[in-house]
Amino acid sequence: MTTLLYLAAGVLFILGLRGLGSPRTARRGNLVAAIGMLLAIVVTVAAIIDEPGVVWGTIIAGLIVGGGIGAYLALRVQMTAMPQLVAAFNGFGGGASALVASAAVVATDGVFSTETSVTVALSIAIGVVTFSGSFVAYAKLQGLITGRPVGLPGGPWFNAVLAAIAVGVGIWAVSSGDPIAYWVLAGVTFLLGITAVIAIGGADMPVVISLLNSLSGVAAAMAGFVIANQALIIGGALVGAAGLILTIQMSEAMNRSIAHVLFAGFGTEGGPAMDAGDKPVNRASPDDVAISLAYAQTVMVVPGYGLAVAQAQHAVRDLANALEARGITVEYAIHPVAGRMPGHMNVLLAEADVPYDLLLDLDHSNPKLPNTDVVLVVGANDVVNPSARDDASSPIYGMPILEVDTARTAVVVKRSLSPGFAGIDNPLFYEESTMMLFSDAKAGLEAVLAALEEL
Amino acid sequence: MSEEFIQGIVVFVLAAFVGFEVISKVPATLHTPLMSGANAISGITIVGALIAAGLGEGTAAAILGFLAVTFATINVVGGFLVTDRMLEMFKRKPAKRE
Repeated sequence: MTTLLYLAAGVLFILGLRGLGSPRTARRGNLVAAIGMLLAIVVTVAAIIDEPGVVWGTIIAGLIVGGGIGAYLALRVQMTAMPQLVAAFNGFGGGASALVASAAVVATDGVFSTETSVTVALSIAIGVVTFSGSFVAYAKLQGLITGRPVGLPGGPWFNAVLAAIAVGVGIWAVSSGDPIAYWVLAGVTFLLGITAVIAIGGADMPVVISLLNSLSGVAAAMAGFVIANQALIIGGALVGAAGLILTIQMSEAMNRSIAHVLFAGFGTEGGPAMDAGDKPVNRASPDDVAISLAYAQTVMVVPGYGLAVAQAQHAVRDLANALEARGITVEYAIHPVAGRMPGHMNVLLAEADVPYDLLLDLDHSNPKLPNTDVVLVVGANDVVNPSARDDASSPIYGMPILEVDTARTAVVVKRSLSPGFAGIDNPLFYEESTMMLFSDAKAGLEAVLAALEEL
Repeated sequence: MSEEFIQGIVVFVLAAFVGFEVISKVPATLHTPLMSGANAISGITIVGALIAAGLGEGTAAAILGFLAVTFATINVVGGFLVTDRMLEMFKRKPAKRE
């Protein structure tokens, strides 16, 4: 009976995930998945309630502490901090799976059948990598450590060697059944999670976050093999597959393979040094920008990570409202990897009440750009860099971009000429048709709005 | 290999394919909530955590069990709540275009 109820929970997960795939049903889908989870928890409690010597204190304490922390974080976080929160939750999930497998090692003193010991080693290794990797991603996104790729001794070989050591220790654990081997494995993979993610630049974060998400699912599924529980296997496999699809989509959007993201830090390999020093740029004032916007008929907003950092989503919306009141069409072009997680910009603009059907993806916005009067680039850089299209020597060559240089005028709101996470210069800034408004995104847009209202 | 383990592999492979089928073709707007919701589902490991915490014997098992339940609950509760919070922002009427 327990198994059938776990199956029901699995079916609710599938229905929930399907619901999450379409705007109309997404919220219900999330609720359905949550009900599936509640069912699985209740079934589990019911299944162990008759066992002798159940330690209820530990369970209740864990539920209260974990529930409190989870609810507090979920309800208090700013929408702009969403990527790091998702990363943190993900880390806790991976950590939990590793702990479940570790508890099995303690309980049996490492005595498993061969196939089970493989899954024990896998859930510890994958769970711990997810845990430490997610928290490094969190620290990068939160600005606790630098978002730039951190070079390791030996470069990409460092992580390859560490991964090989982890495999070796895993084989030792499986063949010897020695609990110590499992703890060494946890230690090595803890280090691997840190060094793997710390070597990856902020621009690659959408790929990394979805990959870690996928791994947390795989870790849960492996833990399901360890304790022979099909609910974990179903839920974990679903999430592993879902995360993998997103990861593939994100790397395609950057024209880079997953291996390249993981093993070759963007910008660490040097590339042409920047010689931005003496090239002329069109420096514009808020008034200049307001005037070109006022005489436009069509405006396309291109948001990037700078918009999230400055929390400028409401300022964008206010400016767009003022333009629409003047009869100007305003739409938004969203690059798939704009921001730090898949769909990051969509969430921020939704928070600011921008209707989602005004958000155009790459394929729909590029054909419109040549007929757009003003493109307003807010805090985006690499995703609008024409080098990706024109300069075969550029590190980002081949990455699909928003071709904002084809529009009649491009206005770039940016704090300085500093390069993006890819660390490469952007020729767009030196185009004659480009106006540079050097400012914090929020302050700059508010100044433009004020100037617009005085026209 | 035990029968149980082989059954587990069957379930794993089929569930992974279901995951692929259900998720491909999701619009970019929903990528973040989808990831966040999927992330909450990976908290299903809470089932294993409850068993480990409830049935474990000794101090080490108790500590591991407590941490496992705590971590998994953060993942589950936080994940579903934050996904709901995001989706609440999406639900409003589509654009009124002239």
